[in-house]
Amino acid sequence: MSNGPLEIKAISGHAGTVPGHNASRDYPVAKLIDVTTCIGCKACEVACLEWNGYPFRETVFDNTYQTMPDLAWNYYNLIRFNEDLAPDGTFSWLMRKDGCLHCADPGCLRACPADGAIVQYANGIVDFQQDNCIGCQYCVTGCPFNIPKFNSETKKVHKCTLCSDRVGAGLEPACIKACPTGCLHFGSKEDMLDLAEKRVRQLKEHTSHKNAGVYNPSGVGGTHVMYVLHDIENPEKYGGLPKDPHIPLLVRAWKGPLKWLGNLAMIGGVLGVAVHYLRYGPKEVENSGDEVAKSK
Amino acid sequence: MSTTTVPLATHSDQIQRYTFKERICHWLTGFAYLYCLVTGLAFYTPHLFWLALALGGGATSRYWHPFIGLEFFVAAIWMHRLWRRDVEITSADREWLDKAKNYATNQDNLLPPQDKFNAGQKLFYKAMYYGAFLLLLSGVLMWFPELVPAGFRWIRPIAIVLHECAALVTIGAFIIHLYMGLFTVPGSLTAMVTGYVSRDWARTHHRLWFEKPKG
Repeated sequence: MSNGPLEIKAISGHAGTVPGHNASRDYPVAKLIDVTTCIGCKACEVACLEWNGYPFRETVFDNTYQTMPDLAWNYYNLIRFNEDLAPDGTFSWLMRKDGCLHCADPGCLRACPADGAIVQYANGIVDFQQDNCIGCQYCVTGCPFNIPKFNSETKKVHKCTLCSDRVGAGLEPACIKACPTGCLHFGSKEDMLDLAEKRVRQLKEHTSHKNAGVYNPSGVGGTHVMYVLHDIENPEKYGGLPKDPHIPLLVRAWKGPLKWLGNLAMIGGVLGVAVHYLRYGPKEVENSGDEVAKSK
Repeated sequence: MSTTTVPLATHSDQIQRYTFKERICHWLTGFAYLYCLVTGLAFYTPHLFWLALALGGGATSRYWHPFIGLEFFVAAIWMHRLWRRDVEITSADREWLDKAKNYATNQDNLLPPQDKFNAGQKLFYKAMYYGAFLLLLSGVLMWFPELVPAGFRWIRPIAIVLHECAALVTIGAFIIHLYMGLFTVPGSLTAMVTGYVSRDWARTHHRLWFEKPKG
């Protein structure tokens, strides 16, 4: 959650124009995660906890080096460990830093009903504003990556902020600062794409990773956290990264046509009965004649 | 001829239509539905989010909506115990439904006589009663989405869309119910508050019920 002077592009559940739009010029930013040079040291996990003020929590052993099975409301950043046996018998460890990808078309923001609970800044950062969050968890349904996590005590949802508070002050995210191998990069989206493509070319030309590629899925409009993967054909093996992520079709239908059909039907219903009353009025009770004196 | 006002307490030209139990049950479902309707509309469209603010804020509304919804469901089950025999569709109801247009145009004399509830009321009852089951089923999934296993995530949007469709059907029925009760059939709101209707009211709207001996 940011208090920084970032320019807002879109906010959730909001009926009017976006406040502060076009007030300043922020260029799109991006984080680039070069999975091929990650050594799984988890310095980024620690830096994330430190910057966001969360305590280091108990780890859950599941026969890998992974800290725990999934992200948590106070754990935005998790290195996923996967063992991979290639067809030629080569064994490798795949380590991917998991967290919010900051979609250009964020499913969480589309699904959210609370005014201003999710904010998309013009620089691409998608940020949850817990003050406005009502705890409905529609964002959990809207996210194609299963990222937002619910705190059942405070009834608020949390996820990676891309350190919007640091970025707003001209700093890079905390995880970038901590990375010892330089596998994490932060800068303008344009620069990061350029860097990613250079690295992919290098991998293809100088290593055996002929399927190397940039993960910047177009199904969600591209992302502001991108990966360089050894094997772009099989992103699922990096701890379940979807190959072609989309906002669920039902979420689009629900937030689009269904909502407007429902609104029109409800307005039509209220207008309908009003017109009916003007045309036909109330029903009259037939006066039977018995107990005449007491009938009104 | 002078018109004399008969004090309610004597009920001398009045007959009892709803018992105390029936009235309590009706208003328990009614107000629970109204609360869920208003808070639900706030979550439904940003244009109505101010409704949640008027009821104590979005988070408060979201917190209470499922609990009050549960109360609605329980009260609806109770109502079913009270009225399930009164809301069975009969052959007279089918005839009434074929001629429902006459009811809408206030030509009630062209319709077959009706029992305690007319066929329209029975349809409204069924929309709300079966709606309550759909709303509960989908609502529980929306209440605890974190309990849906990751492999079954696809079920979450289905639950939401089901919840909204069921809600929209009941809202349509509810608009008509409110309109009929408040405006079109004078005396019916009083009936649900005091329990009593005039003999003429009963004969006009529910002749079969009126002519039945009351125990």
